[in-house]
Amino acid sequence: MKNLLDVESLSKEEIEDLLLLAENLKEILSRPIPKVPTLRGKLIALLFYEPSTRTRFSFERAAKILSADTLTFTAKGTSIEKGESLLDTVKNLEALGTNLFVIRHPLCGVPHFLAKYINLPIINAGDGTHAHPTQALLDLMTVKEKLGTLSDLKVAIIGDIKHSRVAHSDILAFQKMGSVVYVSGPGFLLPEPKEEEYFRLKPHSFKVCYNLKTALENADIVIALRIQKERHGKALLPSFQEYHEFFGLKPQHLGWIKEGALLMHPGPINWGVELDPELEKYPFQVILDQVENGVAMRMAILLRLLSGD
Amino acid sequence: MKILIKRGRLIDPSQNLDIVGDLLIEEGRIVGWERNIEISEKVELIWAEGLWILPGLVDIHVHLRDPGEEWKEDITSGTLAALYGGVLRVACMPNTKPPNDTPEVTNYIIKKAQEKGWVKVLPIACITKNQEGKELTEFGRLKRSGAVALSDDGRWVQNSELMKRALHYAKNFDLPVISHCEDHSLTEGGQVNQGKMSAKLGLKEIPAMAEVIGVIRDLLLAKDTNYPVHLAHISSKEVLPFLRWAKEEGIPFTAETCPHYFTLTEKEVENYNTLAKVNPPLRGEEDVYAIKQALKEGIIEVISSDHAPHSELEKKVEFEWASFGMLGLQTLFPLSLNLVREEILSPLKLAEYLILNPSKILKIEPPSFKSNVLAEVILVSPYEKYILTEDLIKSKSKNTPFLNQELQGRVKKVILKDKIYDL
Repeated sequence: MKNLLDVESLSKEEIEDLLLLAENLKEILSRPIPKVPTLRGKLIALLFYEPSTRTRFSFERAAKILSADTLTFTAKGTSIEKGESLLDTVKNLEALGTNLFVIRHPLCGVPHFLAKYINLPIINAGDGTHAHPTQALLDLMTVKEKLGTLSDLKVAIIGDIKHSRVAHSDILAFQKMGSVVYVSGPGFLLPEPKEEEYFRLKPHSFKVCYNLKTALENADIVIALRIQKERHGKALLPSFQEYHEFFGLKPQHLGWIKEGALLMHPGPINWGVELDPELEKYPFQVILDQVENGVAMRMAILLRLLSGD
Repeated sequence: MKILIKRGRLIDPSQNLDIVGDLLIEEGRIVGWERNIEISEKVELIWAEGLWILPGLVDIHVHLRDPGEEWKEDITSGTLAALYGGVLRVACMPNTKPPNDTPEVTNYIIKKAQEKGWVKVLPIACITKNQEGKELTEFGRLKRSGAVALSDDGRWVQNSELMKRALHYAKNFDLPVISHCEDHSLTEGGQVNQGKMSAKLGLKEIPAMAEVIGVIRDLLLAKDTNYPVHLAHISSKEVLPFLRWAKEEGIPFTAETCPHYFTLTEKEVENYNTLAKVNPPLRGEEDVYAIKQALKEGIIEVISSDHAPHSELEKKVEFEWASFGMLGLQTLFPLSLNLVREEILSPLKLAEYLILNPSKILKIEPPSFKSNVLAEVILVSPYEKYILTEDLIKSKSKNTPFLNQELQGRVKKVILKDKIYDL
């Protein structure tokens, strides 16, 4: 593995390897002094061209536990305000001795663009509406931890599928591990009929549902998504109130899903829109476990990409 | 000076000519062709065995970027690329900076082409001021200055009443109207074809439906005004049933496509390859097949290059920020020749699509081998294979997915009036 650009380019074996490594590394997090010297002397540049809380802190935490140094770069207060191109910025950081880049960017394919011109490992921390592979991997880790398996599960992803990079990566990741994925939400936020085929890795392993119940019925996992309104460019929904009424997850839906089914969310959550606040008390809600596993998974990814260089 | 081309395959669609024979040129004009012309003493002799001899190609869809974006291309470099591509008349789109929406810009283009151009340039002027789709330009004055046609290029005239008015008014001046059919409300922010690639790359889609809706509306307006509309660069199979319907209805229209739409698929943009980012976007395999069938049927009857130079500043960037378009002048003929190799078109039919039909649409006398017309002759080796290296590209920009790819078919010589260019 040279880069981590998207889920599509990961094999099942590579995913299993990362899951195993992350599970082992998770133990470090519970030590009184959670720090190991493995990546001492390595410099990791975190390029965040888009707001981020969880992903940025999670990578920073993972790097620091492994004793790597970090340079954190956000779009504000740097030379991009002076018109410096992304490629120039990255080349400068390379000259400063960077060993690995983590990039989040509002445009699709920016990590792939950099990978063409930069000969260092690149991790995609979310590119536009395209992919968020590290989130998908930490989601897999959380499900495996809680349910003990990743195969033969029904995963329901509800919300703004079209604009969600998390959805795009999760759809592929869960299918690669042998599960089926159903998505539902407002029709214009679902994959177009011409796009469905790409998301379906095996016959019947992916389904677009216009009816919420079809997606949720007997689901083992429910992933709620935030409405990506900043990527819509204009108001697409008639109202958030109506969205909550017809597509938001509420206690009444718990009867449709399997007993003990997991409720997940990549964050940030808009309580009262995609999730009813009551669901915070749902016993199989694992939203903060996702955050914790995110650190372990990102440690695993950093190790794999930096080991042996 | 007399030039005698001997033993070449003479192909002239204006007289349905496809024979092996000789062509005589004197003082920059065609004298005529025969199966055998005796060699007289004071003649420059060109042996053309194994070569095709054609009138110069007429490209109805070219971006010369001049005035305003001369770092990408200018009239000199663009017409040199045309010369090397065998294109001896270039109709240039008006999306320059400023756009060609006034007689001043039209005059500038014509004057610069006369002074510094290698081949004849035919300016296309805007339908609406600043391509904004709000007010008509001065069709009469633009025509008087030398504009040969009207188009808002990549900005389809969204307002149907305005487009209808444009067709009515163009009729007053006998100006052809060229339409880039695209319902922009469906393509806003769009980057690639809707389907596998938009799903895979996460990019906003450009659905074929946007082209279809544009085509249908323009066909209805052509019918209503009884004035022809020329449909630029048709790319999707979904359009074709409507073109067939329009032919049956007798609606006046012509349709064009470009080599990339019958050569490449959306697979080229995989891994965010900006060189293959073009609008309309590269589509699927079925579209490529259908476009070829439409050419065979003759419902698409013009091949243009849509030559669209962009420098690294516009192409070596994030995909969503990269400009749309690829070079075309020097690949127009070799790629179109594949249609002959695949037995989709005869050589004569291909010449019709590249020379005669675009001339008819632009209402100009086509280059031909008829006696006394100005000599615009190209000698082409249809078999020669070569790699399209940067050095061979005469444009200022090098943005083509065919860069460093093998092409077959090469323009070897051009005779333009009294000049012979060995290429």
